[in-house]
Amino acid sequence: MNTRSIMIVGVGGQGSLLASRLLGNVLLAQGHDVKVSEVHGMSQRGGSVVTYVKYGDEVWSPVIEKGEADVIISFEQLEAARWLPYLKKGGKLITSTQKLDPMPVITGAAEYPDDIIEKLTAAGVEVTAVDALALAEQAGIAKASNVALMGVVAAKTDFDDKLWQDALEQCVPPKFLELNKKAFELGKASA
Amino acid sequence: MKKLMLGNAAFARGLYEAGVTVVSSYPGTPSTEITEYAAEYDEIYAEWAPNEKVAMEVALGASIAGSRSFCGMKHVGLNVAADPLYTASYTGVNGGMVIAVADDPGMHSSQNEQDSRHHAIASKVLMVEPSDSAECKDFVKTSFELSEEYDVPVIVRMCTRVAHSQSAVEICDRVVPPQKEYTKNPQKYVMMPAFARGRHVFVEERTKKLTEYAEKSPLNKVIDNGGEIGIITSGISYQYAREAMGDKASYLKLGIINPLPVELIKNFCSKYKKVYVIEELDDIIETHCKKLGLDVVGKELFGYIGEFSQAIVAEKLLGVKNETVSFDGNVPVRPPVMCAGCPHRGLFYCLSKNKITVSGDIGCYTLGASAPLAAMDTTICMGASISALHGFNKARGEEAEKSTVAVIGDSTFMHSGMTGLVNIAYNSTNSTVIILDNSITGMTGHQQNPTTGKNLKGDPAAAVNLEELCKAIGIKRVRVVDPYNLAETEAAIKEELAVPEASVIISRRPCALLKYVKHKPALKVVSDKCKGCKMCLKLGCPAISVRDGKAVIDHTQCVGCGICTEVCKFGAIED
Repeated sequence: MNTRSIMIVGVGGQGSLLASRLLGNVLLAQGHDVKVSEVHGMSQRGGSVVTYVKYGDEVWSPVIEKGEADVIISFEQLEAARWLPYLKKGGKLITSTQKLDPMPVITGAAEYPDDIIEKLTAAGVEVTAVDALALAEQAGIAKASNVALMGVVAAKTDFDDKLWQDALEQCVPPKFLELNKKAFELGKASA
Repeated sequence: MKKLMLGNAAFARGLYEAGVTVVSSYPGTPSTEITEYAAEYDEIYAEWAPNEKVAMEVALGASIAGSRSFCGMKHVGLNVAADPLYTASYTGVNGGMVIAVADDPGMHSSQNEQDSRHHAIASKVLMVEPSDSAECKDFVKTSFELSEEYDVPVIVRMCTRVAHSQSAVEICDRVVPPQKEYTKNPQKYVMMPAFARGRHVFVEERTKKLTEYAEKSPLNKVIDNGGEIGIITSGISYQYAREAMGDKASYLKLGIINPLPVELIKNFCSKYKKVYVIEELDDIIETHCKKLGLDVVGKELFGYIGEFSQAIVAEKLLGVKNETVSFDGNVPVRPPVMCAGCPHRGLFYCLSKNKITVSGDIGCYTLGASAPLAAMDTTICMGASISALHGFNKARGEEAEKSTVAVIGDSTFMHSGMTGLVNIAYNSTNSTVIILDNSITGMTGHQQNPTTGKNLKGDPAAAVNLEELCKAIGIKRVRVVDPYNLAETEAAIKEELAVPEASVIISRRPCALLKYVKHKPALKVVSDKCKGCKMCLKLGCPAISVRDGKAVIDHTQCVGCGICTEVCKFGAIED
């Protein structure tokens, strides 16, 4: 099969690394060649963060360029808007409805755009918007909004549930595993 | 069994499988995780050294003693370690020695975009360059064999996209070669002029042999798809080229990038009508080809700046561009910021408020340069804050001494800041140096350092006492402040700037992200009391914003540090 490309975007600290590792492990277990690209360091400190997951028969480049992503998974509305040009025509966007003001908005140098979800839909994109933070809080672990959103992704894809459970066990520290599994299930049920 | 592994994790696996026993490194994005993963293997002794020079000398010592050794660093770290590197090339090795250097095209987390291949060429050592995680592991193992066979330290050149991408790796067992015998050999290991002259002859002979090896090495691969286009490339650029061009081009993928082969390249070029060289950063391979009189096209198409991608290759060679969807509206940028509760914020707020000139350094606190704090005037390299402050003060005299400080983190101070402080004491300026002691190496993701009391493996270790160290250096005025206490911090800065004497302020408070740091409950804004004056926004805290004219605090981010309660004149922020 041709290489497929999934982007996971958000704000540093929201857990896009864990989400990309979950997805990468599921895809590898499906028998695909997989590459997952992450960025560490400076940009993690509350900046705009992007990770790439690519899979297929043979994946070469680990990065995704403009117009190449089949799916974009976003943990924050503004980040969904920022990375939209990376979506392929006809691609899908799954976003959390959470809003986090970037520093230029906090200092008053810029304004947070209104009606982002409506504008994304108006651009002709198939948008799934979910309040992943509320789901994670409902599960009792606000930090697991990333995993709740991956539950939504799981519901929209047809990978065997066991692979997701295995990946969760591999990637989440045992101490937080049960709560993360709960967030994942709530995400799945919401979609 | 195939496992999805980060390039850096695969590199560490390679160290393990090759039987490495001694590892010494200094953290630096994107190289840090190699050493962290290596430390997870009980069979490997692994440590954080105070800087890259020390790390490389430790690795060379272990190699001379007969063991396989490793040191890792980022591109600018190799500048610090350049002194031992250039002479290690002369001494050669006993047990195999491998050095990781991670370049950062695009500067995701660096202060410059230098191409470390220049160091391999200038120091005349072997350099190899993997292009995915599987190659990271394999190239590391081969590098140890080559290091021992050719008596040469080997640099494995990484870049951000190889270091921080995961791909499938086949796991093998560890094989430890017997430790080499150590015999005294001053002609090889004592690099005084008489002996070094002999070793230089050896180095030139070795380069010839390594070039012959490069002609036939399996690390250099030709992928012949026929056609008219040939591409010479290496590392991550190979992946971009391969994805963009597929079978429409043939490839010479160079795994060895110093020394470069001659005949292999000439033969490859003779087969194709048009040959492109695709390499990020500088024109090393292209210049080599042009010196051989070969007609290749490289930098005139691709340039010297930033990262490449499959889209860039497709656009330059095929003239095609992807269709895109765009968002109807302005999207404000989201630069990285100091975290909520970051102890550096209080200090930078005081510096900003008093319009102090700040000689900055490398670490999380470099973010103090960003709006709204904007409290940094220079950032150069590790340790430069202190020495540059001394120079600034020598040039501008008393006026500068009363209004200029250096800021430097605990780890950076141990790395190369303390020699600058010795200079201030010895050559006397009335400089004020602020050590931001957050009890960890923060920016690279929480590594221990000589001040933290723990080693890389997490075991208790001797801790440098910063106050005593500064006093021993000759600074009489050394004081400690808590940067969560703005009044105390501001008073200390004003006092130390005013006195006609060198001084050190240690701004001490552990990083808010450290697991052992207990957070207080999130603070709340009492809406009736908030006048909407926006004073609290001057802190640049990501947890505070203004909605409908009133401040609001995001409870998911706030850790209750309380400095906003100190700047609010109306008592509108409460527990």
